[in-house]
Amino acid sequence: MTGPTTDRRGWLKVAAASLGGLWLAACDKFATDPKTLKVLARAEGLTRRAQRLVVDRKALAREFSAADISPDFRANGSINPDDKDYRAHVAAGFADYRLVIDGLVERPLSLSLAELRAQPARTQITRHDCVEGWSSIGKWTGARLGPLLDQAGLKKTARYIVFHCADTLEQTLDSSGQYYESIDLVDAYHPQTILAYAMNDKVLPVAHGAPVRLRVERQLGYKQAKYVMRLEAVEDFTHMGRGNGGFWEDRGYEWYAGI
Amino acid sequence: MAKARKVLVYRHAAATRLTHWINVLAVSLLLMSGLQIFNAHPALYWGQKSHFAEPWVAMTAEQRGARTIGVTRIGSLTIETTGLFGYSGKPGAQEPRGFPAWTTLPSFRDLADGRRWHFFFAWLFVINGVVYWAMSLINGHARKDLLPTRTDLAPRNVWHEIVTHAKLRFPKGEEARRYNILQKGAYLAAAALLLPLMVGTGLTMSPGFDAGAPWLLDLFGGRQSARTIHFITASLVVAFIVVHLVMVVASGTWNNIRSMITGRYAIEVEGEPR
Repeated sequence: MTGPTTDRRGWLKVAAASLGGLWLAACDKFATDPKTLKVLARAEGLTRRAQRLVVDRKALAREFSAADISPDFRANGSINPDDKDYRAHVAAGFADYRLVIDGLVERPLSLSLAELRAQPARTQITRHDCVEGWSSIGKWTGARLGPLLDQAGLKKTARYIVFHCADTLEQTLDSSGQYYESIDLVDAYHPQTILAYAMNDKVLPVAHGAPVRLRVERQLGYKQAKYVMRLEAVEDFTHMGRGNGGFWEDRGYEWYAGI
Repeated sequence: MAKARKVLVYRHAAATRLTHWINVLAVSLLLMSGLQIFNAHPALYWGQKSHFAEPWVAMTAEQRGARTIGVTRIGSLTIETTGLFGYSGKPGAQEPRGFPAWTTLPSFRDLADGRRWHFFFAWLFVINGVVYWAMSLINGHARKDLLPTRTDLAPRNVWHEIVTHAKLRFPKGEEARRYNILQKGAYLAAAALLLPLMVGTGLTMSPGFDAGAPWLLDLFGGRQSARTIHFITASLVVAFIVVHLVMVVASGTWNNIRSMITGRYAIEVEGEPR
């Protein structure tokens, strides 16, 4: 009598597994359907507008005390870029590094690290929230972005600041794997938005974006572009990368990463 | 004594029924996309920040000789959970992941799409919840049906309800016209406590919202605590749903489903038809 029972059980198992598989396949087809996702993505605009409505544009992200600093601040994404130009900068101790600010500006800037360190600066102990869900707290010192942009003189048409980075996070044929990010002027002029060159009172390490990384508190980790080489003021970023304003944005993540 | 006969009473207002089904849709998708998001970092911490070496809860895949197993840690407790948490998948295609594929949306690892689903339905969930509460306060659902009366709260009554529920014996007659204390308690706790807690802890995880409402960080004890409470509350929502479904089946599946669609619920009354 065991034969038929096992057979029946086996058959039931197969049936359950295939039904389950069909269900998952149907869910996935629906869940990743481009048209559906496009509709869902509209919630991003709603979230951005709602947050901008209820949160003052100058409201500061919470700042913590030195005792709160993470001893195990996690480095994510590129942690040691192997791009040739970047390796040369590392080898030279960033002696020839220049931070370029151009695009829709009246007076393009090209600053050495020493010049950048001489700019109006800010130090803040803030929480870094990765899109994956974890948080680490670190102390950042850097040049405030607002005054730098004023020095360069934004043209009236400028709406976004694009951050071009030295690291290739994904090898692609069309160089769309180069890291970049963009923020609007509300965030660019926020008092806590800085180009950080020091972390926890030490020179910014390579794993965390040496020599310069963006800190745009109030947004998630992937907006905090590392290995920043050039800032470009633009009216529109749809001609860059795959057109969504950032490396991760081009891979389905929200441009507004306040949530 | 006259034989009992069934009459249909009007039990659920249109607003209650509509918001209930929208909630079914939103909560299901929020749970599944939420587990997708959880899987991006299947560990939970207490406080403002993550202590990577000592999570409160963690689901990991570990090597035991030639075998990979799934391990779940809760505090100092370690449980092997191969096939469910930490390491799961079809035979031959098992992979390290927090929750298994059949619980997440999409089934494969895709944080970006999981977030889109989550935030879209979070908006629907919040709007639906606001409509539900507004209508319940206006049409008297909250006061007449949900708010416990003094008689409801009498210890004898509460004990009586617990005993009859445990025996799965439910009132069929006049008593079934209204919610008993356990129903009132469960629905109130879900609608007034769990659901707002989901939204509150969810918003605390938003770095943008935190800047405008830093008191949320103090209320929940930090962003990582908020994430942990978000997870615990979601688990309680699942527990609520399980008990709710068991009770629906035990007390008359079709009668309950009909009442949540048409509003009409059958009760047994004694006496001749008038």
